[in-house]
Amino acid sequence: MNELLEILNGLHPEVDFETCESLIDDKILDSFDIIAIISEINEEFDVTISAEYIVPENFNSAKALYALIQKLEDED
Amino acid sequence: MQTHVLDYLAEAVAKAPERTAYCGETHSGEMYRLSFLEVYEQSLAVGTFLHQKGIYREPVVIFMEKCPKTIAAFYGVIAGGNYYIPVDVEMPENRIRLILQNVKSGMMICDAATIEHARDFEFEGQIVDYDEICYTEADKEALDRIYERAIDTDPIYIVFTSGSTGIPKGVTACHRSVIDYVEHLSEALEFDENTVFGSQAPLYVDACLKELYPTLKFCATTYLIPKELFMFPVKLVEFLNEYKINTICWVVSALTMISAFGTFKTVTPKYLRLVAFVSEVFPIKEFNKWREAAPDAVFVNLYGPTEGTGVCCYYRVDREFGPGDVIPAGRPFKNTDILLLNDKNEEAEPGEGGEICIRGTSLALGYYNAPERTAEVFVQNPLNPFYPELIYRTGDMGRWNERGELEFISRRDYQIKHMGHRIELGEIETNVNLFDEIRMTGCIYDRTKNKIVLYYVGETDERSLAAALKEKLPRYMMPNRIIRLVQMPLTLNGKIDRVALKEMYEK
Repeated sequence: MNELLEILNGLHPEVDFETCESLIDDKILDSFDIIAIISEINEEFDVTISAEYIVPENFNSAKALYALIQKLEDED
Repeated sequence: MQTHVLDYLAEAVAKAPERTAYCGETHSGEMYRLSFLEVYEQSLAVGTFLHQKGIYREPVVIFMEKCPKTIAAFYGVIAGGNYYIPVDVEMPENRIRLILQNVKSGMMICDAATIEHARDFEFEGQIVDYDEICYTEADKEALDRIYERAIDTDPIYIVFTSGSTGIPKGVTACHRSVIDYVEHLSEALEFDENTVFGSQAPLYVDACLKELYPTLKFCATTYLIPKELFMFPVKLVEFLNEYKINTICWVVSALTMISAFGTFKTVTPKYLRLVAFVSEVFPIKEFNKWREAAPDAVFVNLYGPTEGTGVCCYYRVDREFGPGDVIPAGRPFKNTDILLLNDKNEEAEPGEGGEICIRGTSLALGYYNAPERTAEVFVQNPLNPFYPELIYRTGDMGRWNERGELEFISRRDYQIKHMGHRIELGEIETNVNLFDEIRMTGCIYDRTKNKIVLYYVGETDERSLAAALKEKLPRYMMPNRIIRLVQMPLTLNGKIDRVALKEMYEK
């Protein structure tokens, strides 16, 4: 989880990613952020987030995103 | 002969008043529709309001969200005999300030989503709320008098493009250039009354003209796609399918965002019959994924600068493209001519590179309130010393290929002298783009240290890219530094922002 928070804080140091659950709904993340996050997760965790998982529910909070990474890691 | 853009609207209202013209989400997330009649009535109300305020032949700033009402506001400004300047919350504040300083407008029209923000700009004119003025009772007689006095070289909008110096330039277009564009674009792309547009472009760039006016001309329908959807590829394709959108004219980066994440494994677009793409080179690998996903669609490459009103050249894909091939820019629309001028200001030979210059009615009027900058690029045709004739020098380099099609080579300012060799930075980019792993690349030159710096986004590391490039490029063209990015800075028009890359490098 800490690696993920580091990635997110790198993009938006002003946001408290541990508590925020509306990253998409409140338009905190934009399309450039999403693409950057996917690419950094790919490098850090060696998992590929394909289009079917790129949905608002998975990006609204760091928690949801981390759960997705774990799910994809288990599938490997 | 049509001389006023709002004739399109008057004819649409006469033919299909109740049909939906524009459809889009409001900031509260609801789908909001305006029929042709509603667009017309609201435009009359806004035009009347401006008339009553004594605003005539003046710039009017429109600061509203991407929503059907904003389009009605554009037409309202024109109905009042004025020209509109669209600004948007997406723009950096400093850019909005520079625009407001340039146009010195007396009136800004806002909506609920922007009106608070608008007050931060020390705007000297009056700020009004669209939702209040759109109920003004129409003074048809006054608007008719304004209509009678209009001529087709009167301006209708100013859109701002990034200048290489960082000061935005206000490209001013008139009725005539827009009508010429709408007519010939529609003919080339075969729009008709069954066309359902899915509009990607923000309303503050001229790219949105592709949908706005043909919608009126054919009584077609345009869906303004919420920009948030461009983060979620599956949802975006589902949106296209839900509304049976059959025509998209998008920037390349919006299309590759869908194909590169493997979206087509989950969902494919079902109704597309036209996919037009603009603003950057389409990587062939991604392009072919699109052709496979939408086998029945016609694919068209569009090329052209804002100064030529919208786009000026098109190429309808009529053959297969493999790795290493370049999709041409094709040929100019009817009533537009392209000249390729070499260093001696003579016409380039077939195959020889030259600066792409545009001749024709589609030329914009120039840059607003910037006569020197206008005179640098809207110039007398050097091939004609006999009578006044303006051409626009695009600063893009191109060549005619052996099929007689225009091919884009690079930006002219990307030509550098490095270690005694003349190098097109665009040529380095073209070679980098040949690799399947590369999604985007931008090359800059550090003139103080004489270094070629290459930025890229893609699935390969710097070392492998450098090794692969050595096979392709002569030694003197090899980048001195290669830097991988997770995201490429883009301009508001969706082009790679080389000014931002330079700033990034200097830091």
